Amino acid sequence: MKSFIDLVYCEECGTQHSKSYPNFISDCKTGLTCDHNDEKNDEILQLNKSLTYQKHTDPIIFIGMGTCGLASGANKVKVKIEEVLTELGVKATIVPTGCIGYCAKEVIVDIKLPNKDRISYCEVTPKDVPALIKKTLVDKQIFIEKLLATFGKTDDYVTNINDIPFFAKQLKVVLENCGIINPTSIDEYIANGGFTALEKVINNMTPKDVVDEVLNSGVRGRGGGGFPTGKKWSFALSQDTDTKYIICNADEGDPGAFMDRSVLESDPFKLIEGMIIGAYAIGANFGYIYCRAEYPLAIERLENAISKCEEYGLIGENILGSDFDLKIKIKKGAGAFVCGEETALIASIEGKRGMPKPRPPFPAVSGLWGKPTIINNVETLSNIPSIVIKGADWYSSIGTENSKGTKVFAISGKVKYSGLAEVPMGTTLNEVVFEIGGGIPNNKKFKAVQIGGPSGGCLPEKVMDTPVDYESLKTIGAMMGSGGFVVMDEDTCIVDIAKFFLQFIKNESCGKCVPCREGTTRMLEIIEQISTRYGDGDPLDELKRFKGIIHLERLAGVIQDTSLCGLGQSAPNPVLSGLKYFREEYEEHLFERICSAKVCKEILTYTIDKDICNGCGACLRKCATDAIIGAKKELHVIVQDQCTKCGVCLETCRFDAITVN
Amino acid sequence: MTEVKIDNLDVKVPKGSTILDAAKSVGINIPTLCHMKDHLPTGACRMCVVEVEGMRGLTPACAYPVQNGMIVKTNTSRVKTARKTIVELLVENHPQDCLICVRNKNCELQDLSEKYALREHRYAGVHKNHAIDISSASMERDPAKCILCGRCVRTCGEVQKIGAIDFTNRGFISNVTTPYNKGLNVSDCILCGQCILVCPTAALREKSHSKDITNAINDDSKLVVVQIAPAVRASLGEEYNMPLGENVTGKIVTGLRRLGFDKVFDTNFAADLTIMEESAELVNRVQNGGTLPMFTSCCPGWVKYIEQNRPELLGHVSSCKSPHEMEGAVLKTYYAQKMNLDPNDIYVVSVMPCTVKKYESERPELSEDYRPDVDAVLTTRELVRMFKMYGVEFAELPNDEFDNPLGESTGAAAIFGTSGGVMQAALRTAYNTLTGQNLDVLNFEDLRGSDGIKESTVNINGMDVNIAVVNGIGNIGNILDEIEEGKSKYHFIEVMACPNGCINGGGQPIHQKPEKVMKRVQALYDIDEKAKTRMSHENESVKKIYSDFFIEPNSHKAHEILHTTYIDRKKILRANVQPIK
Repeated sequence: MKSFIDLVYCEECGTQHSKSYPNFISDCKTGLTCDHNDEKNDEILQLNKSLTYQKHTDPIIFIGMGTCGLASGANKVKVKIEEVLTELGVKATIVPTGCIGYCAKEVIVDIKLPNKDRISYCEVTPKDVPALIKKTLVDKQIFIEKLLATFGKTDDYVTNINDIPFFAKQLKVVLENCGIINPTSIDEYIANGGFTALEKVINNMTPKDVVDEVLNSGVRGRGGGGFPTGKKWSFALSQDTDTKYIICNADEGDPGAFMDRSVLESDPFKLIEGMIIGAYAIGANFGYIYCRAEYPLAIERLENAISKCEEYGLIGENILGSDFDLKIKIKKGAGAFVCGEETALIASIEGKRGMPKPRPPFPAVSGLWGKPTIINNVETLSNIPSIVIKGADWYSSIGTENSKGTKVFAISGKVKYSGLAEVPMGTTLNEVVFEIGGGIPNNKKFKAVQIGGPSGGCLPEKVMDTPVDYESLKTIGAMMGSGGFVVMDEDTCIVDIAKFFLQFIKNESCGKCVPCREGTTRMLEIIEQISTRYGDGDPLDELKRFKGIIHLERLAGVIQDTSLCGLGQSAPNPVLSGLKYFREEYEEHLFERICSAKVCKEILTYTIDKDICNGCGACLRKCATDAIIGAKKELHVIVQDQCTKCGVCLETCRFDAITVN
Repeated sequence: MTEVKIDNLDVKVPKGSTILDAAKSVGINIPTLCHMKDHLPTGACRMCVVEVEGMRGLTPACAYPVQNGMIVKTNTSRVKTARKTIVELLVENHPQDCLICVRNKNCELQDLSEKYALREHRYAGVHKNHAIDISSASMERDPAKCILCGRCVRTCGEVQKIGAIDFTNRGFISNVTTPYNKGLNVSDCILCGQCILVCPTAALREKSHSKDITNAINDDSKLVVVQIAPAVRASLGEEYNMPLGENVTGKIVTGLRRLGFDKVFDTNFAADLTIMEESAELVNRVQNGGTLPMFTSCCPGWVKYIEQNRPELLGHVSSCKSPHEMEGAVLKTYYAQKMNLDPNDIYVVSVMPCTVKKYESERPELSEDYRPDVDAVLTTRELVRMFKMYGVEFAELPNDEFDNPLGESTGAAAIFGTSGGVMQAALRTAYNTLTGQNLDVLNFEDLRGSDGIKESTVNINGMDVNIAVVNGIGNIGNILDEIEEGKSKYHFIEVMACPNGCINGGGQPIHQKPEKVMKRVQALYDIDEKAKTRMSHENESVKKIYSDFFIEPNSHKAHEILHTTYIDRKKILRANVQPIK
């Protein structure tokens, strides 16, 4: 198949129509404007139709091959499909796409027959493939067993994909192409409307216009802080120097967050378009994408996207015939969480130890190599093309008063449908958990949702009516963060969760400022004292345990108040929100020395119910530490001093005679 | 000017001042740990937090510029709780062994702990656990005491531009250490000890020689002699709250005698000797087409630097031993002969403002038949500790005179202790050697002051001699590059590794008084001004030693005793430091 770059070139007009000229993108969509190329223009229009899959002769098989798809076995499915196709002698085009967001249902395979609607199948395994291919491609019927939805007309047993509960409440702006188009094809991106925004910006807008448009749209930083993007850009625009930088922060590190990875893997061109527009707006001629090295697929697709854009003259010198130049480089992060912090990220690019610096000076004034630098998150930049095309008014009509647009959440944990969901700001937490996420599986009770990663907090049922926006989340003790959304059921122990996040922060603290370096370790020690057998029986140590909890809140306050960067300032949030909403659980651990969720192993007590035990001896034989004694057919007893709380006896007992408290 | 309100006081300060500066200008002292004057703030310790109206968290005063109308409160209970907690956190991850610590009563952490009234172990828990690095001859590194303020890292990297130490690891196990955590002895460290001067605790300290010295004093078979460096006399009084820059030479001599030293000599004598040798060497190089420019070699830190980093340029370094080594060598040859003593029975102690001198005294090149020229080196700080231990009430001591013949000195020798001093002293004598006349003006104002590189040109016998003074090893880079490229215009270059010279050496008293250094420098120039003779070649004892013993400067005998050789340490270091596979 020819690509746009081969076609959009007029031999007679010659150099005038070299690849970088002002109307390149619109010519890709509608054909060359000179009169010499009627035949060629037909070809261009045909190419557009086939790239958007409106017109094709062979069936097309789309396979979701983001990291989530690959982890579920998309590669094996693809190999199997190829095998089956050769076996059956059926011709079909296989298109690898990114992730559509419905991670719980991967591997997702879409099949589109010529002149038919695209039908989506989910949870496809290699075993299903022969039947699936035969039924759909040979019999031209729908394979009901694995049917997910259709992208077109519905009938009795096929629902439209947008009517599925997981998708129904979503509004896709950033994710609009994810899982739909081939993320490695620049032509497909252009045919689907890509780079139109860039063309508009370069030809019809001054940098000031762009900044104003972004400012008016009200879009705020999606990396967690929520600083208005337009305002940030206007700072950099007003700096009068020869060199400025734009950096895309793709160092996604929150436990449970994978939005940026998905965008990078599924629609890298959108991010790059946003980045080029941003660079144009602030006057930067050099861009870095700081991506964590643990995202190999994302880096691969970014590299591909950058080289394609260079080939098409969308990155490089004289972009689209203008006098605007831009180079973009990928910088791989070495895995330090703190390098997601702006100043630490800059230090890392400069080749220094990734440690934050005090602000001011802000990076917009003095950043990378001392030059004005704008750092935007992946999701923020991916919003920009839509804002330019559809306008600030459209964007600001979505969302709440102070939080505009949509937000992508990575829903995971104890929820029926995990995956990526993009919802308008203002959607309530309830809607996200129970409608999009489908509620809690296995008839368990909802307990809390952890939002905002290690900087966020655990929110209980009583605040679930809160709309998702920057301010509301802050008032209830969490924060937007980057968009991690971990749902927890009754089997989760809040103290244990606090311990997990503190452990994370403690390990990821850069060690520069005292409160974060020393304080988080002490907080963890205090939490560990209450969830372990620390001090049991020893009055002095027991006193220390009680004292610890008294000092915990004081220490947390100081860490919040005095830490150098956001990592430290928000480090106590998981503990503080826990103490706010689940204080009784902390107290239960501390005073009664029990863990109702039965997670904190060390303080659990295993006992044998004397009325039920029939002395079968099964547990006695399994106990690795000989903590169970009792003669055959007699009542068995657990010797507490010897018990290591491993739980094997509980699993072994067929009569449910063993209780845990 | 910017107007702000600090603790309800109206403060007017220049635009761009920090809250810390503004508060200081009205007498409000905000505690700091990581803050370094004239350096960009790092904001690491968070001790200086204050409350600024309208700001969410607390604001670090050292890093935040004042803005018009800003309302700052430095002593709210929120601020005090925060500061106290920070001190508590630091103390809880510290050995808390003040009673047996070398910095007891001179420790910033201890001070803060006292100021913020720490009365209980609120956050007791695990301690970091790092071994003490005793590998180097001059210094010890005790990371367990380190509070990670980063002042040493910045001094080493930004001021001295050595970068021998840096942060490693993250979070709670962060540590300041050498590359690959190998010993300081195989790092790029030149042992200048500037890091010790900025360390708030005892995480960096000199390696003590005082026990060896006590043993020698108690050994009746030894003649234990001591010499003091020019810079010591201008700083030691500070440890006894005497006025900054007071010359306490006479008291030191008395004090040393009371410690039991048999003879007390002056390194200044050897400084004059050094000038004789060095200026003769310079004249020789200029007249006979030797390697130029020539570098001074008095500073062992500088010698270590060039051996480690630019061994190919070692030919440019004067072969003269440093003054205290010359004194030691003369003591064990000329003096031993004269007094009819076995040189092995002479134990030479140097009291130096310097930590590198300890390492220098152990250099094999500076010994004869396995007998070092100098047996032990005390820093100014160690001498003070000895005085205290021996019950010497320093402030009340009467003045006394040095022993002779190795105690006489000129004003030229006194200024050896400051940057530019060696050069001025050498010029005075070299001019005389070449012209037979003395300079009209002995003071070279171009070569004084605290600029990084100071230059001057002196016309001697119609020849323009270009000279430079490198003040602090951090300023050396370009000069060496130029020499390597053959583009250097200089004939003679003085280098001192410590900023402002020995007077600010790594062995000097530690306290945070920024004005102290220039006061000490002035004290040395005052000694010079008041001296009977101000030119080394007019020192009668020096003249005598040449007529009696060495015949003339750079004679064969002088070369054997007063000159030394250097080695390529680059190879040795690189062989030692390999990444762990």
